[in-house]
Amino acid sequence: MATQASRAAGRLMISPAVILLFLWMIVPLGMTIWFSFLRYNLLIPGDNPFVGIENYQYFFTDPNFWPALWNTLTLVLGVLAITTIGGILLALLLDQPMFGQGIVRVLVIAPFFVMPTVSALVWKNMFMNPVNGLFAWIARTLGFAPFDFLSAAPLFSIILIVAWQWLPFATLILLTALQSLDSEQLEAAEMDGAGAVSRFFYIMLPHLARAATVVILIQTIFLLSVFAEILVTTNGGPGNASTNLTYLVYSQSLLQYDVGLGSAGGIVAVILANIVAIFLMRMIGKNLET
Amino acid sequence: MARTVTTQRKVIVTAIAWTIAIAIFFPILWTFLTSFKTEADAIATPPKFLFFDWTTENYTTVQGRSNYFLHFWNSVIISVGSTVAALIIAIPAAWSMAFVPGKRTKDILMWMLSTKMMPAVGVLVPIYLLFRDTGLLDTRIGLVIVLTLMNLPIVVWMLYTYFKEIPGEILEAARMDGANLTREIIYVLTPMAVPGIASTLLLNIILAWNEAFWTLNLTASKSAPLTQFIASYSSPEGLFYAKLSAASMMAIAPIIVLGWFSQKQLVRGLTFGAVK
Amino acid sequence: MSSKLRGLLGACSLVALGAAAHAETITVATVNNGDMIRMQGLMADFNEKHPDIQVEWVTLEENVLRQRVTTDIATNGGQYDVLTIGNYEVPIWAAQNWLLPLEDMGADYKPEDFLAPVAAGLTVDGKLYAAPFYAESSMLMYRTDLLEKAGLTMPENPDWDFITEAAEKMTDKGAEIYGICLRGKAGWGENMAFLTSMANSEGARWFDTDWKPQFDSPEWKTTLDTYLNLMTNYGPPGASSNGFNENLALFQTGKCGMWIDATVAASFVSNPNESTVAEHVGYAPSPVRAGGDNHGNWLWSWNLAIPASSQKQDAAKAFVAWATSQEYTALVAEHEGIANVPPGTRTSLYENQEYLTAAPFAAQTLAAIEAADTQSPSDQEVPYTGGQFVSIPEFQAIGTAVGQVFSAALAGTSDADQALAAAQALTTREMSRAGYPK
Repeated sequence: MATQASRAAGRLMISPAVILLFLWMIVPLGMTIWFSFLRYNLLIPGDNPFVGIENYQYFFTDPNFWPALWNTLTLVLGVLAITTIGGILLALLLDQPMFGQGIVRVLVIAPFFVMPTVSALVWKNMFMNPVNGLFAWIARTLGFAPFDFLSAAPLFSIILIVAWQWLPFATLILLTALQSLDSEQLEAAEMDGAGAVSRFFYIMLPHLARAATVVILIQTIFLLSVFAEILVTTNGGPGNASTNLTYLVYSQSLLQYDVGLGSAGGIVAVILANIVAIFLMRMIGKNLET
Repeated sequence: MARTVTTQRKVIVTAIAWTIAIAIFFPILWTFLTSFKTEADAIATPPKFLFFDWTTENYTTVQGRSNYFLHFWNSVIISVGSTVAALIIAIPAAWSMAFVPGKRTKDILMWMLSTKMMPAVGVLVPIYLLFRDTGLLDTRIGLVIVLTLMNLPIVVWMLYTYFKEIPGEILEAARMDGANLTREIIYVLTPMAVPGIASTLLLNIILAWNEAFWTLNLTASKSAPLTQFIASYSSPEGLFYAKLSAASMMAIAPIIVLGWFSQKQLVRGLTFGAVK
Repeated sequence: MSSKLRGLLGACSLVALGAAAHAETITVATVNNGDMIRMQGLMADFNEKHPDIQVEWVTLEENVLRQRVTTDIATNGGQYDVLTIGNYEVPIWAAQNWLLPLEDMGADYKPEDFLAPVAAGLTVDGKLYAAPFYAESSMLMYRTDLLEKAGLTMPENPDWDFITEAAEKMTDKGAEIYGICLRGKAGWGENMAFLTSMANSEGARWFDTDWKPQFDSPEWKTTLDTYLNLMTNYGPPGASSNGFNENLALFQTGKCGMWIDATVAASFVSNPNESTVAEHVGYAPSPVRAGGDNHGNWLWSWNLAIPASSQKQDAAKAFVAWATSQEYTALVAEHEGIANVPPGTRTSLYENQEYLTAAPFAAQTLAAIEAADTQSPSDQEVPYTGGQFVSIPEFQAIGTAVGQVFSAALAGTSDADQALAAAQALTTREMSRAGYPK
């Protein structure tokens, strides 16, 4: 339908974004690829000789590599599970008539605005700390031994913190989707004698599928590179219990200042992220096109 | 009869919803309360909820110790600047993807989103070297550039999904009337797209405000935003919960207030095409 | 390779540098410790003496600070004119010619007044490369009331057996009193600072003279066993995420019987405004092994240094000279009380009777600093220097990685033998990557 002219104009209009992103990707990425073949440590200035794939060998044989990969997946899937399921339940609740709905919504949305660093600091010190934290006090009041969140269940604790930040986002999108559901359809189903449960599974859930996919896609993009929360709370530990790929790359390039190794890790992380991206896009593409 | 049932039901729903909402909000509330305690009260066992000597001393200390307004101002400039820049670049791109889709539109969109997955830590050194050589270290413009590029994919995508919802017939009609492309965008498309643009704007200001890697690593004194302000309060020597809480409140309050006030606008366009 | 890039892109930066050279604004990167914060409150005095110099502060948490300044100096970024760095970095950076030697600091500066062990750590080839702002060693702080209740008296030189006994008797978990608090948070400057010192006191070493890692030695086994036994049985919960600050908070709120850590903590735990146990704090030397005499004292100093690339070296020097002078000490004494002056750097401070009276921990601090032997930290021969660290560039990474492994052992996810084996393996790997023995 579009004319030749508008096609050309379209191309013209899309090009600044494409060119800029291409540069943003290719310049640092190109430099990173180049660095990943060098022995290049910031603390040891020298001529940075070309060493081929040595850095990649070191990266893949790093004893922390597989645990980090595993932790990354657990973190992403854990947060996605909590926020999507929690978000659907919360959206269903908020969709009901109630007193003070506006205020409830304001309260629920708030965690999304909090800086990751701040929320990690607050959770770590004021809630999860096994001596001075609020959870420890609650446990002791109820007669239990305080649970030591960050050393006994570091990854789970981080999942909790991150999920707290993203739950509002999921809830909002799902709630908007829910509100767009044709109420006549629901009423008709109710007339036909469909119970609340079957109405949820046969009408609401399929309607929410699209929104849920969007939630999953956006969150995955951010969750793959969760970093501040780990840095502030556990530093990837104890051991490597809460080290994800981003943190592993960080510990190599900024703790060891081994730019070569860190670059190799960065490239591996980019490739893995793209695999996930392609996979996700397939999924979302299907879900959004229909 | 039916009426009383609904009221009863409404009361129960209200009770549950409020309980959950307060639980979710509680960490922020607790930080707020702690920021008005003395350091000793902040770690008192049993915890003191409301009955303590309220003091604003922490805020005075924090304000006296760091230049809050400089950091605040930097945060405002960087987050608003990068968002506006991203919108300027993204609106034409999203328009063209939505209304003149080519064969490769989907691929381009996918590729754009995938650049967002590049782990920032892996490219810090290259970027640092580039910034050093171009004199962009510790400048607001440098951070605006980085954050613009960081958020561009999300902005393009949000706008694209929103634009796609705009019925093509309206554009056709405008074209029949002889509107050229520029006029089409300014007078026809933009007004319809305002809710989408507004919510994209808000979401990206929030994301940019909270970005804590580049803003920490590419700044020193002049352009450092609130993320650096926070970095000077995490785990110093001695008791620090109350001061940390005060600093935290100062860092997050502006964006929470903005978020609350613009909640409706934020939510309206925050659908990513998920709502038909 | 990076020089090529610099050549290509460097031209642009000349403009920026040229413009900046005229302004006399210096940027000081510093750590968010109490003494540094205090200095920022006393800047009026500096501004009065040097009205032509404006100081911009960048105050950061220790790890963020280290990452920022290291990236900047190693890439020659030139964002800072004065850096706050540790005695670990100073000799390494000086050897790279990254730092400006601090000569001609003015007639009143008296560099010979610096405590010898402190100055030695900052001197390379006879030149001082950083000025110590405060220095610390390690010592044992304990609750005199709890020890008395336990029916024990502190020996002049406690050994680890006594510490274990005392920890056991002081622990009363029902009352939230834990016999001993030690660092458990992973990091070369956190748990490894303590564990390396403790290992030195047990006669262990990081490397033999061929740079072969020594975690498979019986001395390290004793060290880790003792540490884990103390901490799992008598330590506070969550110890594997406790660093200096967390332990300080615990001690100040009366939850620790003993705490072995930096001497600088003494001024916090004995300050009645901050500490609920200020009246009951006793000090003793850091423990030795039974029958041994090596306390394994560490030596740490926070120092002010000037990057060789700074464009405002004179202004930076004026600032460093002011901040580390005897006059600055007097200034703090006047405004904040003499007990709060930055400790551990100057002999004259420890000859000042007023200070010795006001600070009950002063004598112990001085003794600990003077006892620190960074040249031969262990009883066995070593190819490196440094008390609680090994002064090679690779140590930060290796120390932190080993710290993670030991922290996991403390959290209970592995046992001592597994942790030592893992530490040995990863250290061997990193050292061979770095090309040792050199």
